[in-house]
Amino acid sequence: MTTPSSDVLMSFEDAIATFDPVMGLEVHVELNTLTKMFCGCPTEFGAAPNTQVCPVCLGLPGALPVVNQKAVESAIRIGLALGCSIAPWSRFARKNYFYPDMPKDFQTSQYDEPIAFNGALDIVVETDDGPQSITLGIERAHMEEDTGKISHLGGATGRIHGADYSLIDYNRAGVPLIEIVTKPIEVEPALAPAVARAYVTELRELIVALGVSDAHMHQGSMRVDANLSLKPRGRAEFGTRTETKNVNSIRSVERAVRFEIQRQAVVLSSGGTIVQETRHFHENDGSTTSGRVKEEAEDYRYFPEPDLTPVAPDEAWVESLRATLPESPLLRRARIREEWGLSEHEMQSLINAGALDLVEQTVALGADPADARKWWTGEIARISNERGLDVAVLPITPADVHRIIVLTSDGALNDKLARQVIEGVLAGEGGPDEVVASRGLAVVSDDGALLEAIDAALAAQPDVADKIRDGKVQAAGAIVGAVMKATAGKADAARVRELILRRVSGA
Amino acid sequence: MPALDRDDVAHLARLSRLQLTDAERDHYGEQLDVILAAVARVAEVAADDVPPTTHAVPVVNVTRPDVVVPCLSREDVLSGAPAAEDDRFRVPRILDEEEQ
Ligand SMILES: [Zn+2]
Repeated sequence: MTTPSSDVLMSFEDAIATFDPVMGLEVHVELNTLTKMFCGCPTEFGAAPNTQVCPVCLGLPGALPVVNQKAVESAIRIGLALGCSIAPWSRFARKNYFYPDMPKDFQTSQYDEPIAFNGALDIVVETDDGPQSITLGIERAHMEEDTGKISHLGGATGRIHGADYSLIDYNRAGVPLIEIVTKPIEVEPALAPAVARAYVTELRELIVALGVSDAHMHQGSMRVDANLSLKPRGRAEFGTRTETKNVNSIRSVERAVRFEIQRQAVVLSSGGTIVQETRHFHENDGSTTSGRVKEEAEDYRYFPEPDLTPVAPDEAWVESLRATLPESPLLRRARIREEWGLSEHEMQSLINAGALDLVEQTVALGADPADARKWWTGEIARISNERGLDVAVLPITPADVHRIIVLTSDGALNDKLARQVIEGVLAGEGGPDEVVASRGLAVVSDDGALLEAIDAALAAQPDVADKIRDGKVQAAGAIVGAVMKATAGKADAARVRELILRRVSGA
Repeated sequence: MPALDRDDVAHLARLSRLQLTDAERDHYGEQLDVILAAVARVAEVAADDVPPTTHAVPVVNVTRPDVVVPCLSREDVLSGAPAAEDDRFRVPRILDEEEQ
């Protein structure tokens, strides 16, 4: 990360010494429904351009939209999981704007009548005094639809500036989106960037636990807009806010908030004013640059969508959906940490390795939590780092790891062999038993064969036996090493040591 | 009913991405006044005890199951495009707000 020059930024410490930041986070989540929000076109990611469109999502005259039942259910479940009230009656509206990413020239969205409102989400932030729990208010969660994808061509950079023309793929137009908006967030100024990050992290986990979206930030199925304003310490009314878009990773959320605090602080302390505008975040240096001046809400000329009926979920339906909610990720982590007796730090590294679910599933099969953690956050996490892939997408399952643990505790494998089994499973050579068989990886448990190797090693290093007899038991390590080498690592080191000591003492 | 002034019409034209001459602004402004007057008459007729509605019949929760139905063929999709390239709609260089 390059450090942006100091003439445009105030140091973060100076900024928060003078100003209180106020944040508002808007998160768009693309639902994983099979079809779009208002038509039966598939939503599959990566299809050939314009092959997943129909008269409805193209906005052709006379086409009539119909709401996707599953999308409404997902919206209600998200609302409930965020502790929101579910509106007994809500409507869709047309948000009118002329930009070719929407062929209808409007986006169908919810405006003044969102399906879910007034909730809260608990997050945990790391502070110098340890983890601190904070409750953030949720203003609303509403349903809307995604836009088409525009590529600007002909210009030098592929951005709008300098483009000669644009090409549009409408496959994404109409894919269901849920927009989740926080209430204004006012926390201890120094914590603001970390709070933004923790909120998005926690919300993402909740969405994934609900199973309503894959919530991949880098693929755009979860997108964050960060609103930020500053007010001089002690003043009650909010300052003018900016909205930073294009924040494509959880880490970027933190960086974007931090940058805007530092940038706005310089503008305000030098007597300038903040323009209400959209700003673009740049991944390379963590800066934001001015985008368009935001249109006023009235410029969108919202009006109720006459082609869709109101959504009026009755209480029985809402309650039946409430019954499907998973354990909240925060509570689940607390429970698991206690059950497995992990320290805060051990729990965090388990989460950071992306291995919590996998370890839990391995434990559910009967493995000891310590063994399961050892393999998932050790060898397997190492390989996933090496390949730059998430642990979860590696072709090894909790059942495979459980089997490896059983083989190891039975003495059929030692750790070194187990690592080779993992390597074989990941290489597609089959399950652990198949890899053991095909690679011939079983531990040499035949004492006769081991004694033969021990005798050979003792003969090659005649002074070792004397040292051991003199009480220098650690000298046996040289022989263990030689035997392991002779058996290509397939011996159980503890057994070999035992046999050496017995041999030398003449037993 | 207040008539739309030229600035109102200019603002609407900007939102609609239309470039209008002064004469056109006056022309469309007059037409929009007629429409607004017609809507205003509806508002006069509607008494306070008539709640605003967007539907003539009180129907709610018309939904469809999350089941994929066939889409248009790409040929059909692009047949309505003013221009196409690379299986996509081709449109003139887009003037976003940031360039205005
Ligand atoms: Zn469609």
